[in-house]
Amino acid sequence: MNLLAVERIKLFTTRSPWWCALITLALTIGFAALVAGNAPADEAIDVGLTQYGGSKFAVAVIMVLATLAATTEYRFNTIKTTFQAVPHRTPALLAKTGVVALLALVLGEIAGFGAWALASVMRPNDHLALDTTQAWLNVAGLGVFFAVTAVIGVAIGILIRHSAGAIALLLIYALVFEGLVQIIPKVGRSIYEWLPFNVGNKFLYGSGGPEPSTSTLSPGWALAYFAGIAAALLVAAIAVAKKRDA
Amino acid sequence: MIEATGLTKRYGKTLAVNNLSFSVPAGRVTGFLGPNGAGKSTTMRMILGLDNPTGGQVTIGGKRYHDLKEPLRTVGALLDAKWVHPNRSARAHLSWMAKSNHIPAARVDEVLDTVGLTSVATKRAGGFSLGMSQRLGIAAALLGDPEVLLFDEPVNGLDPEGILWIRKFMHRLADEGRTVFVSSHLLSEMALTASRLVVIGRGQLISQSSTQDFVARAAENTVKVRSPQLPALREILVRASAQVSGEDGELVVSGMDSDKIGEIAAANKIVLHELSPQTGSLEQAFMQITGDSVEYHTGLDAEAQQVLEPTSH
Repeated sequence: MNLLAVERIKLFTTRSPWWCALITLALTIGFAALVAGNAPADEAIDVGLTQYGGSKFAVAVIMVLATLAATTEYRFNTIKTTFQAVPHRTPALLAKTGVVALLALVLGEIAGFGAWALASVMRPNDHLALDTTQAWLNVAGLGVFFAVTAVIGVAIGILIRHSAGAIALLLIYALVFEGLVQIIPKVGRSIYEWLPFNVGNKFLYGSGGPEPSTSTLSPGWALAYFAGIAAALLVAAIAVAKKRDA
Repeated sequence: MIEATGLTKRYGKTLAVNNLSFSVPAGRVTGFLGPNGAGKSTTMRMILGLDNPTGGQVTIGGKRYHDLKEPLRTVGALLDAKWVHPNRSARAHLSWMAKSNHIPAARVDEVLDTVGLTSVATKRAGGFSLGMSQRLGIAAALLGDPEVLLFDEPVNGLDPEGILWIRKFMHRLADEGRTVFVSSHLLSEMALTASRLVVIGRGQLISQSSTQDFVARAAENTVKVRSPQLPALREILVRASAQVSGEDGELVVSGMDSDKIGEIAAANKIVLHELSPQTGSLEQAFMQITGDSVEYHTGLDAEAQQVLEPTSH
């Protein structure tokens, strides 16, 4: 669709997406190299561990990329130019979300496979073959995980419109807040079980991984839930953007 | 071509635009005048569907902006030259706009050439001077070769050459049959550019007429008369029901045109040394008419009055 091409032009003619892409790849692949290089020879690393740099660190960069894609439009008022050129706000915003999510997906796949491949080369004796579904989910799932996170980022960006505020909210929520909820007595654990990033983690790592997810859903349903929350946020964001003055 | 009916916009408790109705015809440059805070920019945003009116509606060629297919091909607008991402190049900025409305890429280079920005097309827009940003905005407005053009303070930041260029440009656009709607504070420039004026104050319509009528209606058209037989002439004119005020050897007559005064003087054998009509300026007309609807007074009323005192040669 034409609008996708428009958003593609917009995304790639500014500097931050390029930088975010570079840092994402560097963090994911670099972390895998660190892990593979420093793990003692007799301790095998597993596939999930190679993706840790991606799912824990680079995901924050993806959040920044996605949120900025929306908030810089408000900051520099190019959102007004956008809605002037395309008065139908829903397709315009959906196209933007689509392009950013697609970029996140591609970056995630490159980073995931790159990290795994590097680790495999550095540790040929560890069992790093992709022979279980979960192993495939670990690696190929990173792109999908990034894409859903990107949708959340764009939605939050549209809702809050303010770069620093939106980024702070999203990062603190995803990286800090969800974990802290567990501490709440009585209800903390059960709430945490259903928080989106915890569930997303279940899709990526199953019941394993460095910080095992407490979700009871299967990885397939976990993805559906995670994506569902993202979609709901996006719908809310677009509804607000349509009603608001540009 | 632009038709506003009962446009109203409320921001919380502030009524920015209040039941505004006006029309902007094709083939002319129509000026949109009003003091600061009168609601000009708000109105223009409502025309473009950027702000939702609280009441009333505005149509372009009978359609709401939202219902226009490929709107940039119908309406081109420059509302604020700063609405550009600073890290994007001028060409990239125009490229995405062109693409969004299926405008061929070659057009981007065409408009850049028209406004004279070809040499800086690949430079980031953040590094542009105010004048260059303004010209980029004009280029964006021209991108779709639209029949309706909206400009909000287009001469802001342009040097005299640029101001002359844009004035001639707007005249040419109007001569081609397009609708040109310009808002400005530069009254002297507006007098030279616009042939119709829509004047608003505090969100309400004050007047809608041709520029000439506006000036004629508002400013007092007076005639200055000098004569060696001033007292006699004064008496005769007063008896003929003109309002006369005198100042050291000259009379300022209102309520009677210079032709009539000349004939009366001749009929009474009174010699005239000077008989000159004083036409009001747009500034006088504007300040007089919008006098009590200025939202943000500077408190410099006395000084302002001095500026407007007609100068005598």
